Amino acid sequence: MRIRLRFFAALRERAGASELTRELARPTTVGALWDDLRRERPRLAEFRGAVAFAVNQEYVDSKMTLQDNDEVAFIPPVSGGCPRCHV
Amino acid sequence: MFEVVEHPIELSRLIVAVSRPDAGAIATFLGTTRDHNAGRQVIRLQYEAYPEMALREMRRIGEQAIERFSAKAVAIVHRVGVVEIGETSVAIAVSAAHRDAAFAACRFAIDRLKEIVPIWKKEHYRGGEIWIGPQQGGPPPAREHFAS
Repeated sequence: MRIRLRFFAALRERAGASELTRELARPTTVGALWDDLRRERPRLAEFRGAVAFAVNQEYVDSKMTLQDNDEVAFIPPVSGGCPRCHV
Repeated sequence: MFEVVEHPIELSRLIVAVSRPDAGAIATFLGTTRDHNAGRQVIRLQYEAYPEMALREMRRIGEQAIERFSAKAVAIVHRVGVVEIGETSVAIAVSAAHRDAAFAACRFAIDRLKEIVPIWKKEHYRGGEIWIGPQQGGPPPAREHFAS
């Protein structure tokens, strides 16, 4: 199962790439994939902000299970920030 | 009209795009780059988008503005790349039958855009730079699709 990964802004810099392709041997949730990436790439693990997930350009919950050819984006807080959070 | 562009934004194009014979009001909003933030002097701003998703979310905001506020038409254009101080980074135009709906829908569109549209801003200062968002500390947002 092949997944396309996309990183933006602070996460792109920390991932060292804007896009990666990844083969998954078994069904995986978006949240589990993010945990794996953070284990592999310490600079991602050091990111202290909130991260949202999008699959095929729609926001999804971390429990969403990935399908072949999905595009997963890791989305740091957008430029207006979040009205309900305190910086 | 929903666009992510790398060149300066011309508001007149958005106004033309939302002009309708049944609209008695057009409200517009321009977001311009500011030379300071949180007490630091900003010398340049840089925007980055997830363009396919940004366009999809911008179209959705337009549909919601029409449904919720009875707007007639909505145009949103966001600029990416380096934007010099004082230039426009985002423009919105909304037409409606009357001014109250046009103002309300325009306000909704910019507020929602800043909440959900995947576009990021990097502020460059003398001797530093920072991506804007709560990633520099503070609690994660209370939003279902965010994980800390």
